[in-house]
Amino acid sequence: MQNPDRPLSPHLSVYRWQISNGLSILHRITGFVLATGAFLFTLWILSAAVSDEYYDGVMAILSSGFGLLIMFGYTFCFYYHLCNGIRHLGWDVGKGFEKATAVKTGIAVVVVSSALTLGSWAILMGGVA
Amino acid sequence: MAQFILPPNSRVKKGKHFKAEGAKNLRKFVVYRYDPDSGENPRIDTYDIDMDKCGPMVLDALIKIKNEIDPTLTFRRSCREGICGSCAMNIDGANTLACTQANEDIKGAVKIYPLPHMPVVKDLVPDLTNFYAQYASVKPWLQTRTPPPPDQERLQSKEDQEKINSPSACILCACCSTSCPSYWWNEDRYLGPAALLASYRWLVDTRDEATGERLDELDDPFRLYRCHTIMNCTNACPKDLNPAKAIGEIKQMLVERQH
Repeated sequence: MQNPDRPLSPHLSVYRWQISNGLSILHRITGFVLATGAFLFTLWILSAAVSDEYYDGVMAILSSGFGLLIMFGYTFCFYYHLCNGIRHLGWDVGKGFEKATAVKTGIAVVVVSSALTLGSWAILMGGVA
Repeated sequence: MAQFILPPNSRVKKGKHFKAEGAKNLRKFVVYRYDPDSGENPRIDTYDIDMDKCGPMVLDALIKIKNEIDPTLTFRRSCREGICGSCAMNIDGANTLACTQANEDIKGAVKIYPLPHMPVVKDLVPDLTNFYAQYASVKPWLQTRTPPPPDQERLQSKEDQEKINSPSACILCACCSTSCPSYWWNEDRYLGPAALLASYRWLVDTRDEATGERLDELDDPFRLYRCHTIMNCTNACPKDLNPAKAIGEIKQMLVERQH
């Protein structure tokens, strides 16, 4: 409890980052990015409905190097949130709570979501080229 | 609302460096200090310790500092064998018991802070009033309606006893609750892993007859459901218990009783 007479001991600044808390905060960050990124998607759809010029403008931004980087990051956020969501579903039915298991599933989530991101982009870029 | 930055009176300043002379096997111990009488902010003091003349555990080093270097250093300790839970603190970035944490398992300087996000009474001593109140709030005792058998205790099968063996081993050191970010931001409303593990211990006890009432108490967006399965609690537990799993099972019990 906060007590104005006593100092509060350090927390975030001293606690070691582990797979447990690291992946948990990443889940929240990717969830936030997915929600805000939905605006980007809406913008793209909207531009197509408005006019060719708007659509070309939005496409120019999205297909620039910076735009591609954003899209790549967004893809990772999508796959990570999806895979870690499945991990959470496991916990919801009571599976995967052992310390060693939680570490293994955590690493698996990062590996699988990275592979899915890279794989999707390999297919996309292959299709473009 | 979660406050991620320490309030002004809690920001940690640089403190003193107690140097050791003439020792070969030196180790730095970086320790959080707060003196309520000085009116000053907390500080970090550094102690050089000759490891050739120090016991193996972090608690041995703290006792050595208090005995030989700086008698003002304040910390709780009692059993020095991991059963009383008094010397729980944040060591090398994770909560554990100073008496069971070996110095040689830590790389570099040994950093010692009080349990995180707690009001500090002095140095490494946090105020656990709220923590104990939360423990009491889950009514950690046997509640029954039926009278006990006239000529014997309420007996249990071996299988039923096994269900409560692990959660009964909790020593209430507060390592788990104070490792939990959800508890940091909502300690006034979220019960935290230790109190929930205690509640679980009575929920799965086949002799207890207040399961429904216990679940009613927990069925609350904050008291139970602030747990987001971060799993810091289970990683921190010095007794190798699994509060995260217990909380997961309580959530399942709540779902199951709706059907």
